[in-house]
Amino acid sequence: MISATFKRIIKSGWKSFRRNGGLSIATIFIMVMTISLVTSLFLSQKTSDFLITSLEEKVDMAVYFTEEPTNEEILTIQEELAGLPEVKKLEYISKEEALAKFVERHQGEAVIMESLEEVGGNPLLSSINIKAWEASQYAAISAFLDTASFRPLIAKVDYSQKKPAIEKLFSLTSNINTTGIVLSIILAIVAILIAFNTVRIAIYNSKEEIETMRLVGASNRFIRGPFLVQGMISGILAVLITFLVFSVAVWFLSPKIDIIIPGLGLSSYFFSNFLVILLLQLAAGVGLGVMASFLAVRKYLKA
Amino acid sequence: MISFQNITKIYQLGSKPITALENVSFEVEPQEFISIVGRSGAGKTTLLKLLLAEEKPSSGVVFFLDQNVHQIKPENLHKFRREIGVVFQDYKLLPSKTTYENIAYVMEVMGASDEEIKNDVAKVLDIVELTDRKDSFPEELSGGERQRAAIARALIHRPQVILADEPTGNLDPYHTKEIIRLLAKVNEMGTTIILATHNQDIINTLEKRVITLEGGKIIRDEAKARFTL
Repeated sequence: MISATFKRIIKSGWKSFRRNGGLSIATIFIMVMTISLVTSLFLSQKTSDFLITSLEEKVDMAVYFTEEPTNEEILTIQEELAGLPEVKKLEYISKEEALAKFVERHQGEAVIMESLEEVGGNPLLSSINIKAWEASQYAAISAFLDTASFRPLIAKVDYSQKKPAIEKLFSLTSNINTTGIVLSIILAIVAILIAFNTVRIAIYNSKEEIETMRLVGASNRFIRGPFLVQGMISGILAVLITFLVFSVAVWFLSPKIDIIIPGLGLSSYFFSNFLVILLLQLAAGVGLGVMASFLAVRKYLKA
Repeated sequence: MISFQNITKIYQLGSKPITALENVSFEVEPQEFISIVGRSGAGKTTLLKLLLAEEKPSSGVVFFLDQNVHQIKPENLHKFRREIGVVFQDYKLLPSKTTYENIAYVMEVMGASDEEIKNDVAKVLDIVELTDRKDSFPEELSGGERQRAAIARALIHRPQVILADEPTGNLDPYHTKEIIRLLAKVNEMGTTIILATHNQDIINTLEKRVITLEGGKIIRDEAKARFTL
């Protein structure tokens, strides 16, 4: 009997969905908008993460030594720095390597090359380039260097020169993150409220029908069931439509976006996260449809 | 079978109390056919709503088969309502369902098998002469057809009692007679009928018990009465 009732509920839900065509299409349309928003937020999160990471990749700090340290000293310094949780990557550059890089970079710039010859020998210092995980961590590394055991070997740390740029970047990335989160929450709430209201209005139209069902002896479960099925069908169709639209859009737009943001690889990200995105959309669409229907019908079943 | 004991129902219209029923008491025996008559606003519909637990009395109790109707837990109310078939004044057919589906719905909620539903709905459709309108939606039916569909829905699950609120209100004299003949036939088969009406021709044709309401009070309760408003 339970399975027969379940079958009747599904059948009744599907029939009502078909017969209320206009309202069903309106509900699906609003849900497509909501799921699109959730998917866009997911993809924009990936884009902003990529932008922040690539900006942070461009920032580093260098520690210059007074004279060429011995191999043993280099190893000790590198070991101590590598022990810091903030340090992501270290690179030692000897005086010779620094000079070679300098010459390579300024090849063809006569004035600079003449000046170098006039100074004579190798005026450059050996150094260690340090990359932190996040822009905000350079201050902590700089503070460590001030009290490090190898402090007497350090001629200068270029953090103070780079500090304004690093701080600007830190504030920028932190702002992007905060704005992104706040905007996402606001937009998600607005979208969910709109979708909820659409479903509520659709069910409000059936207010009298629900009342009649109660009076002829239908249980709350039997009344509620078809509405939940309708919500579920709307959600699933909305997910399929949104997924199709996004697949086509990402496929065509990804090469153009890659020109503006090289290396982003939105298309490969979208298709490699196919399941996660689909599940996210299903959770948003079906969850929204079913929850909104449940809450809206409950109001008329209470009386 | 049914007992109304000292029922008073007061509606609050803003700050103004409106007394719909005042100290109403009467009993209904099994298989009785009772007509409740009175002008519009006399309290007929309120009386039926109280029996269906659609409204609560301000004071007094309503018993149906020895249970206090208004003490039934909300989660069991649907089971109680399955004992009663109702023909509503405004039909209350489900607009998104066909005639067939509207009638079948009552059996579906009771968990009848598809086979039972198919057979019984076909029989009832035949009785109310709506077989050829079974796939029409309520908005495609005439007033009389809707009324007959509503009656078919009230009959289909063989309830112990049928409440009929002005069931002939929108019918021509021919269909009015047909509906009353149908209700009388159902009554003969053992179903208790409570009919609310202000159509004196019906009452006079029936020659059954008549309770007359006026201003929310019972002014007459007569067996086999003839009636004038």
